[in-house]
Amino acid sequence: MNNQLALSDDILMKIEKPARYIGNEVNAVMKDKSKVNVRFAMCFPDVYEIGMSHLGIQILYDMFNSMEDVWCERLYSPWVDLDAIMRKEQIPLFALESQDPIKDFDFLGITIQYEMCYTNILQILDLAQIPLLAKERGEDCPIVIGGGPCAYNPEPIADFFDIFYIGEGETQYQTLLNLYKECKAMEVGRVEFLRRAARIPGMYVPSFYETTYHEDGTIKAFRPTEKGIPVSITKEIVMDVTNTYYPMKPVVPYIKVTQDRVVLEIQRGCIRGCRFCQAGQLYRPVRERDVDTLKQYAVEMLNKTGHEEISLSSLSSSDYSKLPELIDFLIEECSRKHINISLPSLRIDAFSLDVMSKVQDVKKSSLTFAPEAGSQRLRNVINKGLTEEVISQGSALAFEGGWTRVKLYFMLGLPTETEEDIRGIAELSNKIAATFFDVVPKEKRVNGKVQIVTSTSFFVPKPFTPFQWAAQCTKEEFLDKAYQTKKAITEQLNQKSIKYNWHEADASVLEGVLARGDRRLSQVLLKVYEKGCFYDAWSEYFDNEKWMEAFEECGLSVAFYANRERSVEEILPWDFIDCGVTKEFLIREWQKAQREEISENCKLKCQGCGANRFGGGICTEPRN
Amino acid sequence: MKLRIKFRKYGPIRFIGHLDVMRFFQKAIRRAQLDVAYTQGFSPHQIMSFAAPLGVGLESNGEYMDIEVHSLISCEDVRNRLNAVSAPGIEIVSVKILPEEAGNAMASVAAASYTVRFREGRGPHFEVASALEAFLSTEEIWYTKESKKGSRQVDLKPGIYEICWQENAFHMLVDASSAGNIKPIQIVEALFAQQNETLLENALLVTREDTFTDIGKDGSRKLVSLDHIGICDIGKENYESKDCNQ
Repeated sequence: MNNQLALSDDILMKIEKPARYIGNEVNAVMKDKSKVNVRFAMCFPDVYEIGMSHLGIQILYDMFNSMEDVWCERLYSPWVDLDAIMRKEQIPLFALESQDPIKDFDFLGITIQYEMCYTNILQILDLAQIPLLAKERGEDCPIVIGGGPCAYNPEPIADFFDIFYIGEGETQYQTLLNLYKECKAMEVGRVEFLRRAARIPGMYVPSFYETTYHEDGTIKAFRPTEKGIPVSITKEIVMDVTNTYYPMKPVVPYIKVTQDRVVLEIQRGCIRGCRFCQAGQLYRPVRERDVDTLKQYAVEMLNKTGHEEISLSSLSSSDYSKLPELIDFLIEECSRKHINISLPSLRIDAFSLDVMSKVQDVKKSSLTFAPEAGSQRLRNVINKGLTEEVISQGSALAFEGGWTRVKLYFMLGLPTETEEDIRGIAELSNKIAATFFDVVPKEKRVNGKVQIVTSTSFFVPKPFTPFQWAAQCTKEEFLDKAYQTKKAITEQLNQKSIKYNWHEADASVLEGVLARGDRRLSQVLLKVYEKGCFYDAWSEYFDNEKWMEAFEECGLSVAFYANRERSVEEILPWDFIDCGVTKEFLIREWQKAQREEISENCKLKCQGCGANRFGGGICTEPRN
Repeated sequence: MKLRIKFRKYGPIRFIGHLDVMRFFQKAIRRAQLDVAYTQGFSPHQIMSFAAPLGVGLESNGEYMDIEVHSLISCEDVRNRLNAVSAPGIEIVSVKILPEEAGNAMASVAAASYTVRFREGRGPHFEVASALEAFLSTEEIWYTKESKKGSRQVDLKPGIYEICWQENAFHMLVDASSAGNIKPIQIVEALFAQQNETLLENALLVTREDTFTDIGKDGSRKLVSLDHIGICDIGKENYESKDCNQ
């Protein structure tokens, strides 16, 4: 037990949920610090309950700690109450396990899962008493390394990181840490270590690259500043996802966290190729885990954590080839042990409804469809292979099975969207409500009601998608579209059965700016952080006005980054990264989108995206 | 079969609240693979009852929880299994089989004993032993309880069963029943008030030593530890045996 807490009793008694900061959780790894060579602090830059729910960190935590001479510990963003106290009393940010200051570690690894956490990265560095800018860090500072999906366009935060790890973490960390130990023993210094690290596959060291710009603000050139530094960086990928690291003993938090359950990642990647989806491109090709291994994992993880729920994780679970076998096994195993099964991202059909009726209370649960667009035309544009017929059949089956609540997810502001497409959202919602009244006879209706919850988010174009060149709507356009949707819904016959929710527009625009931004945005981030912004992913702390001020003071325009359609010839800030799919493929898909043509999924027909060069996964399996 | 489990809570884990301790045990019982009983219905949960919630920041040597099991190898086995999967700072002290007619842990609570110390530099300016003597010589000890509904005056005196000041600590036995629960800080605050002093913030280090039930008949009080009731292990017929207590 670690009795020496970094925070005093006085502080712990004053703040909300002190359990966020005391470590000592079940399965947390304790090591003797005098017996390890490398101390790695792994950070999720958001509050504990969010960060502890992230599978990726648990995988890397397990991997690092399986290395005998490495001790990996965790840290999360202190909540605003503790943040204020730590600043006032100058308490250095600490890791949960040892409660030691982060500034004394060898590495600070930060997983970057969404753009709106960028200011929290600055909060972490600041509270850790590490200089925010990489170039100002001395020999005694930890090496700050970033990873995760946002590292695929690291440019807006390039100034704050020493290294970005591009791709899946399981492959190159051992090599990087070996190099670090070697460099430390030879005392070659920080810069030389970084120079050598830049030659390891997947490592991007921003300080060895420079960008020049045209007068119109677009990029003229992006290149290494030294010989021997690679011009382009290919993502790292684990081809055998069965024989690799997986945490059999994930850390079990004391307080209730967002994902308070065992998470079983059944596969990586997605065969679908929806054109707005970044994950669908980044994690190609699809790689499945062996079903017998997964069964073993499930049993072992449930035993070692004591969680009362298990959840399957993947981008599209229905596409996992052994899903029925796995689910049958889990239902059998879990009903004996009184464990709940949660099945997200299932396509609604007879099979999934049968499964869901076994694992959840039909009366209390709701069904989710994500048509994403209101009309078939626009669904073809975005390559969402979900037809109205499939949705109608699925909901009819569901209503017959006793479900009365349906959630529908759409996006507003997709490329080529018209007023008719928006009206389609209302009409589709109405049709589903009508289906209920058609298939469920009056005497069988629970309270006589059906509840359709229609939600829209605003489309944010992301790097490495066919829509990376698309213009994003302005805030005004977004709000107008939400208003049109609302109005169209109130005009429907079954409007009383439909509830409509929409997202914040400000934050969506800003997310778009940060997603496709370049290196100049580091200045805006610094400025906005100085103005007191962090926890921007939390609407109660997001202050759009301060962001707008910061852009103005830096002489940069939101419209340049968000609302401008790029030509396919333009050099994009992330072009130097090779994520596996080729630019030619993305251009092809962008053009097909404009022609409203769909592309079949990987299982049906190879679209030649380029990921087959990794020589595995779906690319080497026989097609049906 | 109902089991009564006595445990300690100390160290950093004292900052975990009562509901989280419950969640901790639900998971620990599954890790220990005990043959525990669940409620019926679509979302079954383990049958579990806690004696008296312990405030955040307090340590305890005498916490109790009742669970129901379908089978067990021995009480000792249950204790060992739970300790093997527990977290640092939660330690199972004893496990006993409850007689069928025993009330659940929560309903049984009548009193609790505490050791209360002052944190470094936050003690009183007055001399405690003589102040305590004067304090106890009054007929009534009025204290203002603040709650969401407003404040009300309560007399602490009837609920203070024993109290003394020894080796720089208060040792007290007080009412902990749902009707008349007294927190140690209330007594210390009342003592300070009588001496015209104000207790500093976060001045006390409180350890709950044990939790008691009342087995007295005809209105007379006879307090025994909650684990005084029960059988030490399978096959041993020692209801209400003191030898069983550790």
